[in-house]
Amino acid sequence: MRGWVKACEDVNFQVEKGEAMGLVGESGCGKTTVALSLLKLLPAAGRIRKGRILFNGNDLVKMNDNQIRKIRWKGIAIVFQGAMNALNPVFKISDQITEAIKIHEPGVSRSGATERVEALLEMVGIDKSRANNYPHEFSGGMRQRALIAMALAANPEVLVADEPGTALDVVVQAQILKLLRELKDKLNLSMVFISHDLSIVAETCEKLAIMYAGQIVEYGDTKSVFAKPLHPYTQGLLGAFPSIKGPRKKLVSIPGQPPDLLDPPTGCRFNPRCPYVMDICKKVEPMLLPVDQSNHLAHCHLYPQQ
Amino acid sequence: MPISQAKDLSMIPSEYQDALIGVIGLKKYFPIRQGFLSSVISGQNQYVKAVDDISFFVRKGEVFGLAGESGSGKSTTGRLLLRLTDITDGRVFFKGKDISKISQKALKPLRKDMQIIFQDPYESLDPRMTIKEIVAEPLRIQGLAKTEAEIEERVKQILTEVEVYPPEEYMYRFPHELSGGQRQRVAVARAFVVNPEFVVADEPVSMLDVSIRAEVLNSMLELVQKRQVSFIYITHDLALAKHICDRLAIMYLGKIVEMGPTDQVIMNPLHPYTQALIAAIPVPDPGHVRGNIPISGEIPSPLNPPQACRFHTRCPYAFGECTTLEPPLIEVEPGHWVSCHMVRK
Repeated sequence: MRGWVKACEDVNFQVEKGEAMGLVGESGCGKTTVALSLLKLLPAAGRIRKGRILFNGNDLVKMNDNQIRKIRWKGIAIVFQGAMNALNPVFKISDQITEAIKIHEPGVSRSGATERVEALLEMVGIDKSRANNYPHEFSGGMRQRALIAMALAANPEVLVADEPGTALDVVVQAQILKLLRELKDKLNLSMVFISHDLSIVAETCEKLAIMYAGQIVEYGDTKSVFAKPLHPYTQGLLGAFPSIKGPRKKLVSIPGQPPDLLDPPTGCRFNPRCPYVMDICKKVEPMLLPVDQSNHLAHCHLYPQQ
Repeated sequence: MPISQAKDLSMIPSEYQDALIGVIGLKKYFPIRQGFLSSVISGQNQYVKAVDDISFFVRKGEVFGLAGESGSGKSTTGRLLLRLTDITDGRVFFKGKDISKISQKALKPLRKDMQIIFQDPYESLDPRMTIKEIVAEPLRIQGLAKTEAEIEERVKQILTEVEVYPPEEYMYRFPHELSGGQRQRVAVARAFVVNPEFVVADEPVSMLDVSIRAEVLNSMLELVQKRQVSFIYITHDLALAKHICDRLAIMYLGKIVEMGPTDQVIMNPLHPYTQALIAAIPVPDPGHVRGNIPISGEIPSPLNPPQACRFHTRCPYAFGECTTLEPPLIEVEPGHWVSCHMVRK
């Protein structure tokens, strides 16, 4: 064994009822690991080494398999990345959703379940006559909708959405995002929204956490993060994002590339790529602290570390 | 009369022949395999009309964007221009010469002037070749360098230009030892090492992370500018296209629905599909209120595309004529072409 890849480290955030939080970062920054940890769905080699995940005051990390199974779907549900592959190709859509309903409501009758499936599909904008189709008969957008319907099968309080709409075309992606926003308002859902795309999060989430190399480097209200990005990484990301609005400009990127998490840089993990790097950045790891007594947090030595 | 029906060269506008690349009435139909019996019974073969009668030209040193959703035929178009796929019908002029029907043997000397950069640098580089061999291969095939020393010199130079630096350190590595961004830079180097006049880039940065995407793009565009290369940039990302393309064509189900200078197409989109595409693009600004996306549904199957205007099934403005008559691509303001019955009125 070569060691432990510290996929995410010392990540703290909270999501209130009815609130959406965006978790943004590039591939390999640990955002999906955070999502899977929330439901304790990490791959076999993965461990939660430390920390707590509190859901309505109960620590999920301490729960055994039976207890966590009751939380999954009913408490916290997930819409997995990759709508194309997340459905089982040999079962009808209705059967796959029914399965979820039956696990959480063992007493439900066959007709009761069918009714629920139809209601769920209508809610996500799929005609109920398509309930008995197989996944291959659905288009990409419909599959993504079916996955959302399935996640909502047991009326969860929290919905974790891992890159929803990423593999879809822009028009369909916009439809899916609109659907998620509507569902969130209608069902008063809390959402953890995982994406690599800042612009998607900008219009969907009230709060935003930027992740880099397994850590949250900036955290705050979406509006304040966009208005005044504090961390140099966030500033770089925003500069690298092309916008359809505004004048034509040369895109600026962040030099270098994300570090190897098996052996991350000492001090601040962003220091090899940071334009403002100081001596202290290479030695001491900064803390994620409020800046100017606001609820906008940054993980950077440019701001007072007290 | 549409130029695709021109019988001889004199009927084709000179700009198509004078431009570095001129495309006239280009078509690509892929036959669908069906059983022998059913083809006998129905008496006809079915086709996917991936590219159906498109015309455009790219001037010297121009960055031309081909944008559209998946299945719109943009990648097929790119491949057809280089004759990587056989052309069903239509003409492709490269430096005034019709290359649509010439043999592969006759194409070989032209290949040093036309190159392509593929989307996925994890698949487009041979994992068993060193970086040096990958970049040197076009030089060897085209016989452009006489000695081994000259090859090494040119490989070093182009690697430096695409910022795979220092080249000595990377030349003897294999692709798996490089990051995604560096691999794509090597793919760019391989395309530009022969000094092409025309390069097609098929979604060259869509596999890369945002923070490194801009760097790779910028060093690619620098080469394009420095060498006055005609560049076709194939993308699904209009926001990115806006920042790098001089002219832009929007494709939908194998047709060009709108084409013109990028600023005009983005700021003043005339086709309902272009308008919807632009409305659907998320804006990195939480204060931005997104308008309603006027179209619903998804792109129909190219196997059985809607008749007449292919967009009429999703168009919020569709009226009688749209279902019976195919709208021609017409010039509504200088250089800005649109294929829509609404605009003709």
